[in-house]
Amino acid sequence: MSGLVVDAGRCVGCKRCVRACAFGGIVVEERLARPTDACTLCGSCIEACPVQALSIDRGHVATGDGAGADASACRDIWVVAQLDAAGAVLPVTFELIAKARELASHQKGRSLLVERRVVAVLAEGAAAESRASQLIAAGADEVLRCRDGRFPSADTAVLAALIAELARERHPETVLFGATALGRELAPRIAVLLQTGLTADCTSLSIDSETGLLRQTRPAFGGNLMATIECPVHRPQMATVRPGVFPVTGSSCAQRASDAAPGVITDVALDATLRPRVRRLDMKPVAAGTIAQAKRLVVVGRGIGSKKNLSLMKRLAELLDADLGCTRPLVEAGWLDYAHQVGQTGASVAPELLLSLGVSGAIQHLAGMGGAQTVIAVNEDASAPIFGAAHYAIVGDCIGFAEELIRQLES
Amino acid sequence: MMHIVVCVKAVPGSTEVRMDPVTHTIVRDGGAAVVNPFDAAALEVALRIKEALAAEGSTCRVSALSMGIPATEVLLRDCIARGADDALLLSDRAFAGADTLATSYALSRGLRELGIGDGDAPDPWLIICGKMAVDGDTAQIGPELAGLLDVPCVTDVRSFAGEGLSPGREYSPERMRVRHGVDEGIETVEVQLPAVITVSKDIVQPRMPSIAGVLAARAAVVEVRGAADVGADTARTGLAGSPTQVVRSFVPERSGACETLTGTLAEQAACVAELWGGGVR
Repeated sequence: MSGLVVDAGRCVGCKRCVRACAFGGIVVEERLARPTDACTLCGSCIEACPVQALSIDRGHVATGDGAGADASACRDIWVVAQLDAAGAVLPVTFELIAKARELASHQKGRSLLVERRVVAVLAEGAAAESRASQLIAAGADEVLRCRDGRFPSADTAVLAALIAELARERHPETVLFGATALGRELAPRIAVLLQTGLTADCTSLSIDSETGLLRQTRPAFGGNLMATIECPVHRPQMATVRPGVFPVTGSSCAQRASDAAPGVITDVALDATLRPRVRRLDMKPVAAGTIAQAKRLVVVGRGIGSKKNLSLMKRLAELLDADLGCTRPLVEAGWLDYAHQVGQTGASVAPELLLSLGVSGAIQHLAGMGGAQTVIAVNEDASAPIFGAAHYAIVGDCIGFAEELIRQLES
Repeated sequence: MMHIVVCVKAVPGSTEVRMDPVTHTIVRDGGAAVVNPFDAAALEVALRIKEALAAEGSTCRVSALSMGIPATEVLLRDCIARGADDALLLSDRAFAGADTLATSYALSRGLRELGIGDGDAPDPWLIICGKMAVDGDTAQIGPELAGLLDVPCVTDVRSFAGEGLSPGREYSPERMRVRHGVDEGIETVEVQLPAVITVSKDIVQPRMPSIAGVLAARAAVVEVRGAADVGADTARTGLAGSPTQVVRSFVPERSGACETLTGTLAEQAACVAELWGGGVR
């Protein structure tokens, strides 16, 4: 039986593990930690232990009923393409292709020097103008294209069935999805069809230099904790990746695995018997979440004091040619729409310039602005966490500062 | 009779995490466990469907299902106090350490125990999950359960089609109409039953338990089952059945390289105007 193991020789009975446990899963008796039946093997206590006395015995972990044996035969990195309502490829698809190219070039620690290829999976309507060549141009070695009248479908089970079937035939090593509403509904379904692991909403991907495994890092606990997750035995390794966290590199087709071979388009068929069980009746578009794509952003927080100061902030954003974002409390107070919210439960933004006014910097908010290149923060409190995420700090009243900046910009 | 199963997760009362500045270790002051707020909303949706059906003269059974430590029984009893008809807790050392794949498998065995998923259940059924749990934020259990049961899934349901939450009018044993969040906006769909839906936290305000409910819950039996009781293959549960492993967890760090702009207000504003005009640093 696998379980939490306490090294009695190391444990000093400090009880940090007890405080770290949210489930009452560990107790300290006579200066020695002991796991209880409430332990969920979440690992929090292991991180908290200052003397490395705790570990999880994985002795009886399944070695993946055969999946491990041919893991080395799985080599392609797949990116599932997503299209918008107008049929255009979403930016996150290009971000993932660029990232997949970078991952494919990591051969360290691999005994087999096989080239990993980048393969895009594209499902489009039978009559739609094909976007396959755009995916090739972005750096895909191959596009698996399915043109079928059943796409796009409100029933993600149809697309899931297609991708699972293709993966069973072709054995990708890794499958990446955008952590969009579609990707986060689609990927789990594929994970159970393939009986493999899936890491949600990753903000960082890298290759473990020793094992060649995909290291998938994601926020948990509302962004208060980051976890790095691996899927050692089962294939494919699957992750949904938050839009806006990876840059689209310029001409990534130039970095293609073998320059001699141009990308190929392979047409694949969808199971003729599949019938969608979810039907779209109506669609109410929301004002596109433009702040996620904004190059310049003014973000305001509770520090602006009152709702009447919003017009001042809007004027400033206008003068700075920037979009306006805000923190969650402002949305909850009804001052601005949800579409403006930056953070863990709002939009992830990646502007070149971000001016933050009256934002204290709750970690959930900071989780959504990690992609910003230059951050200028104004806050009265010199110890506000926002300054830990800023490149330039101004300690002072954000209203007075905004008025002065507006005055200068107008003159 | 319609059967609705609500999947419930016990989560720490607070998601606060901080780094001990001396030891650089994680201090997670979890406090007492509570029902994941999204799941509390899911239960409320189920109860409103039950009430709407009752108003039309139809009956509906609402079950609460959870996988967790034995103490989770208290939270399931609270679900009964709020109006669930029965509750099942899957609790076993063999379930511990589960990732979402192993959790969804265990829950699927629990659903079987409740009479759902053996292919020819005569009555219509619906599974309602919270869109995500506040501690894990994965939002994967709903779609994974739907995949295991081979039924459609609609995630992030914001409201029932029709006026407000009026499931009675928008629901029939064959299909239901809901509005849910998609990438382009809010989509109204018709989904065939049986199905899995996941709901946002704001869809409805969960009710408080009634006095009668609390009294009834005191006498109610929360069924507790282990892996063997529900015929679960322990190679597919808990740590053993989890393809993913957490290899490291850490409190996110921020770069300390922050330059403070001093001087008069006018000088500070001029400096920002220049940064803004001169592009990135």
